[in-house]
Amino acid sequence: MLSIFHSLEISHYIYLSTVLFSIGLFGVLFRRNAIILLMCIELMLNAVNLLLAAFTEYMGDMQANGQMFVFFIMVVAAAEAAVGLAIIVMVYRNTRKTDVSFLDQLKDS
Amino acid sequence: MNPIALILLFPLLGFVLNGVVGHKLPKSIASGISTLIVLLSFITAAMQWSTVAADLNGSVNWDAYTFFNLDGILFKAAFSLDHLSIWMTLIITGVGTLIHLYSMSYMDHDNNTSKFFSYLNFFVFNMLLLVLGSNFLMMFFGWEGVGLCSYLLIGFWYQNESFGGAARKAFVMNRIGDLGLLLGMFLIIKNFGSLEYNVVLPAIAEGSSSTVLISSISILLFIGAMGKSAQIPLFTWLPDAMAGPTPVSALIHAATMVTAGIYLVIRCQVMYSLAPMAQELILWIGLATALLGALIGLRQNDIKKVLAYSTVSQLGFMFVALGVGAYTTALFHVTTHAFFKALLFLGAGSVIHGVHERQDISQMGGLKKMMPITYITFLIGTLAISGFPFLSGFFSKDEILANVFHHNIVAYIVLVIAALLTATYMFRLLFLTFFGEFRGTDYKLSDVHESNWKMTLPLIILAILSIAGGMLNLPHYLIHEDGFLASWLRPTFLIFEHSNHTEISTEIALISVAIFVFLFGFIYSRNRYVSKGINAETPTSGIGKVLSNKFYIDEIYNKLIVRPIEFFGDLLFALFDTLLLYSVTFSINPILKLVGRFNRKIQNGNIEYYLIYMVAAIAILLGLNLFFA
Repeated sequence: MLSIFHSLEISHYIYLSTVLFSIGLFGVLFRRNAIILLMCIELMLNAVNLLLAAFTEYMGDMQANGQMFVFFIMVVAAAEAAVGLAIIVMVYRNTRKTDVSFLDQLKDS
Repeated sequence: MNPIALILLFPLLGFVLNGVVGHKLPKSIASGISTLIVLLSFITAAMQWSTVAADLNGSVNWDAYTFFNLDGILFKAAFSLDHLSIWMTLIITGVGTLIHLYSMSYMDHDNNTSKFFSYLNFFVFNMLLLVLGSNFLMMFFGWEGVGLCSYLLIGFWYQNESFGGAARKAFVMNRIGDLGLLLGMFLIIKNFGSLEYNVVLPAIAEGSSSTVLISSISILLFIGAMGKSAQIPLFTWLPDAMAGPTPVSALIHAATMVTAGIYLVIRCQVMYSLAPMAQELILWIGLATALLGALIGLRQNDIKKVLAYSTVSQLGFMFVALGVGAYTTALFHVTTHAFFKALLFLGAGSVIHGVHERQDISQMGGLKKMMPITYITFLIGTLAISGFPFLSGFFSKDEILANVFHHNIVAYIVLVIAALLTATYMFRLLFLTFFGEFRGTDYKLSDVHESNWKMTLPLIILAILSIAGGMLNLPHYLIHEDGFLASWLRPTFLIFEHSNHTEISTEIALISVAIFVFLFGFIYSRNRYVSKGINAETPTSGIGKVLSNKFYIDEIYNKLIVRPIEFFGDLLFALFDTLLLYSVTFSINPILKLVGRFNRKIQNGNIEYYLIYMVAAIAILLGLNLFFA
């Protein structure tokens, strides 16, 4: 099982996480549903997590500093998701929509 | 506690109390506190009399605070109670107490009584600062402070626009004089390295400084005195200052503040004694002012305006005394003038009150039956100022005349004419107000009422002082030694003051002239306004018209000074504001609008756009990093 991971080149990890990150980025930029936005942000974070884990292994870092970062990012991401979802619920209650393009009430027009 | 601190802090306390909580207290309590507090100040000062008298070199001191130290020059809040300042302090607080008491009744109907009394207390505080300060700095503090209070009180009834204008006029004219005073102080710092009286004045007394320097300092300080004491050319504010409530005219614009200039010159006696040129200037300016004020006073119909011009004229008399080096005489006249002019103003206030806020004497007449106390006290004041033998004004004016007689015979003749006019206009005022037929058209004689005791008591006390004030400095020919004030003031002066002991024959001649002057004024006015029954005139032609229009001096100032300045201002406005500034700012305006229109599109409040900007910016930064790393 472990050997499968070792047989993969580092470049494969980079390609995969680049693809994941790009999907997340484009999702954030071009989708309007706030929930999907939040999911895309998670995707971007996880792409970075994957890269961190892969590079830790690749560099042979016995203290696993990169993987430590992964845990921090996960915690932050969980917190962010909780806050973000709470905001979305409140927005939905008030506007009956989860569409971010309507959230421009602070603009002076 | 230091007695000087007490003297100063009482009125300050009254100012703060009345200013902060006065409007919540009943009127009588608020004004009562403020009156009592000035009285306390008077008592504290009076209790120091024997201490000051025993100590010839000056005195009770109080070094309160050092503001800052500039290259070894100390700027201190220091005070001293010496022979000169205790004299002034007693006049200020003594007359001040009476006028406060008077105001309690006079301002009773006003809605802002506590404001009035807090200003009045603040004035007393500043005036005390002026006379008690032992350096030019404190004197200047007080000098500006009384100017401020004068402004506030002239404009006390600020809803009337012309009253506000009068207040501004007083302030601006005083500022012109203050500039001279400031320049004089700068010269003193530059050349003597200090502002303390007891450093600067002895240094001047040594006589090693050049006459030019002493003369310039003296003249600059005198310019300050001109503004404050209403001398030609800066006197026109004082008649306008009558817009203020009458007690203010009595306290500030007759008895105390306007004599600050005379105090300043007396304080710097040593300087003026060494600057004959400055003395000569003071003499002639004082003479011109005395004559001009008396002439205008002849044909004014406003009861307060007559007294205002009379004040201008009497201040001229005091400066004449200073100009001939008779400093004691000047202070003597300050004192007697404080008594009788305060009395006359308060009497005028009582009349104004009695006839329901009217001031035109052509609408009065025959008031003596209805206002007996006011009439008798006003009569005493008139007699005192006109020089009725053995009243206070007789002695002080006679002393000035005698001193001028020995100095310059031309000046003496002019001054006698001014004294003659003084008697004439004062009796004109007295006769038109209290004698003859009642001439009121829009009210009845039976409406006129005498004022209550709070107003008549100060009148009676001041009348007694006006009668007996001459005792303070009896002339040599009566008591064969120096008068009380003369020997009292001697330790203050660093240079011995010459006193003219005239021969008895000359003295008799001078007194005869003085009595003739009094009689002429009395008989002329009596003949004209009582026997012939002529009403207060408003001449439409000839010299009378010039007089009643105050020599057109305001108009001349307007044409010569105000108009050119306005024109210059308009010119600058057209050139710089309209042409330069407006064109520049209005041409920048569209550019800013354009930039704004573009920027507003970027910041459209939509989160998607912000995200795109963010990602684009990161991409650009990363790209740049790739290229240049």
